[in-house]
Amino acid sequence: MASENAPLLQVKNLRTYFNTPRGTAKAVDGVSFTLERGKTLAIVGESGCGKSMTALSILQLVPEPAGYIEDGRILFEGRDLLDLTWEQMRAVRGKDIAMIFQEPMTSLNPVYTIGYQIREAMLIHGKEAGAAQARALDLLRRVGLSDPEQALRQYPHELSGGMRQRVMIAIALANRPKVLIADEPTTALDVTVQAQILALIRELQEETGMSVLLITHDLGIVAEVADDVCVMYAGQVVESAPTRDLFHDPQHPYTKGLFASLPARNRRGQDLATLEGVVPDSTNWPKACRFAPRCPFRWQECDTIPPIPNPPASDRPVRCHLYNPAIPGRPDASTVRKEEEARGLAVLPSHDDAPAPASQKDAEVGR
Amino acid sequence: MSFFQSDFFLNLVPCCVVALLLFAIWRAGKQPLWAEAYRRLRRNKVAIFALVIIGLYGTLALLESLGTTDKASQTRITLLDRIAQKTGALAVQERYYSAPLATMTTGEANPQPLKAPGQHLLGTDGVGNDVLLQTLKGARTAFLIGGGTLLISTPLALLFGLMAGYYGKWQDDLIQYIYGVLASIPTILLLIALILVLGRGPVQICVALGITSWVGLCRLTRGETLKHRDREYVRGAKALGVSDFGILTRHILPNLLPVVIISLTLGFSGLVLQESILAYLGLGVGGNIGSWGNMIDAARDELAREPVIWWNLTSASVALFILVLAFNFLGDALRDAIDPRLRS
Repeated sequence: MASENAPLLQVKNLRTYFNTPRGTAKAVDGVSFTLERGKTLAIVGESGCGKSMTALSILQLVPEPAGYIEDGRILFEGRDLLDLTWEQMRAVRGKDIAMIFQEPMTSLNPVYTIGYQIREAMLIHGKEAGAAQARALDLLRRVGLSDPEQALRQYPHELSGGMRQRVMIAIALANRPKVLIADEPTTALDVTVQAQILALIRELQEETGMSVLLITHDLGIVAEVADDVCVMYAGQVVESAPTRDLFHDPQHPYTKGLFASLPARNRRGQDLATLEGVVPDSTNWPKACRFAPRCPFRWQECDTIPPIPNPPASDRPVRCHLYNPAIPGRPDASTVRKEEEARGLAVLPSHDDAPAPASQKDAEVGR
Repeated sequence: MSFFQSDFFLNLVPCCVVALLLFAIWRAGKQPLWAEAYRRLRRNKVAIFALVIIGLYGTLALLESLGTTDKASQTRITLLDRIAQKTGALAVQERYYSAPLATMTTGEANPQPLKAPGQHLLGTDGVGNDVLLQTLKGARTAFLIGGGTLLISTPLALLFGLMAGYYGKWQDDLIQYIYGVLASIPTILLLIALILVLGRGPVQICVALGITSWVGLCRLTRGETLKHRDREYVRGAKALGVSDFGILTRHILPNLLPVVIISLTLGFSGLVLQESILAYLGLGVGGNIGSWGNMIDAARDELAREPVIWWNLTSASVALFILVLAFNFLGDALRDAIDPRLRS
């Protein structure tokens, strides 16, 4: 089953629901994506779009008892993680798939030393105490703590936020996982520290060849580290593409809106575009297209026919009727163009923001 | 049955308890977190003072717990009795009440001279026992009731509280139902009923108090567990593949300890006070065991006499007050020393 060619992690049609007093909240509603070996996949979206729940679903750590995985398959090296027993799943967590969280301030247990927590990560997966101690020291050195020997004896409250996130990364990497899930790893950190942490993750990825699933709302980070991007909206993936393609040609109106709301050098002096409205209530998603209530291009069919994930007029999965000739009443290209210009959606980020292809970089240097 | 009445067994139990306590403190001192807490505790003068007082009471309790049975009279002579016999008036038996440092008995139609005139620091009680010695002996009952009850109620409360808070679902419903029912019965009525069923005696009182007193700590543990269950570090530990048992014992429980320890220290003093209330209701440890509760109970008649016999009540109350105060101070100091969130 676990052939070398198979994708490392494949999520198919994942549905994670929550029972709330107001009804069933469909936090993740039919999400599919593929994470290749050694690659970085970014999942981008606003708060509440279900990206963190997607990550927690993979490790089956959805907050109980309200949350549950309704449907879907999570194939890791060919076997479905949802078929595993609780004990088998425990062996996967932290060993094959590790996770780091958004809040480094609260993600470490306040009553134990850093050293204890790194060793524990290894001891529960069967490493001997002596070897664990040596590796803990090595890991702290690798993640760039200035005094690893002292750090082993320190408590979390004695370290700064950036240091703690480095420790979290060290703990996550302790068992040489094949997949690292990073849920907003830099959101709580200063900008200068953010860059260091991202560089560290990338460096460690090159060293160990692990795959990274990066959850973020920051397109700047995506441009820096991701190979592929999934844009999520209202519990669904609305567009997915290699990072460079997405940055050069965003197709879904929501993706366009995201880019238009970024400050960019070639739009200096203009107002930033904003997306009207808010993410709808997860217990009551719009019936057809979930972005329709906020979409500038919306027409009648958008409220009645749910868009298919792979429309024929696009080179990539994009959940929008604009790319499906079978849907009647589509506005023609010039109307769309006019509308985009009117709303400031047409302007794409300058090439400084988007990752340039290697050849182009070389050409620029050559000039 | 005779084994449990034998001197060997009666001396073994308190020695084991003290040894275990010392072992626990020694082991905890090796944990970095607790070593740090001890360092902070040592700098706190009030805490040291409270510890010394508790240590003194504890020593008295231990001395009163160890002893041998006298063959001739079939009464138990404790180490405290032997020390008292060597220190003059403490062990001298008078015939009736006498005021502190008095030379004659008090309240008799024709007062008689005392055998040890002017030497009973706190006077004597109705059967002529030295009140100071009786007060010192009361420390044993206080520790017995306080400690024994906590030994029964704490594991119960922690187990149920952790389960209810962590698992939620039916475990939570069941445990909440049990303590909801228990808490809705008036405590004093339940205590009276339990003691009537179980019989009189220190162990029976511990069991009865244990059954009625675990609810508070259980509620606290449940609430704290609920709070910690959704903390990021618990989720982090789960993401590392730590088992439920490991998360409960290694991650959540140590974080509850500050709250549990404060609750236990305050609970201890509360239980010592409960003992005197029970004695006042005539449900105490029994007349043949010296306790502050019995001394306070006796004051019902003594305060109505002419002249008023006040020293029996005063001695017991002051002894009780100092012990309870020391425990309360220690509880606060421990919280400051242990809670890492308060550290700067």
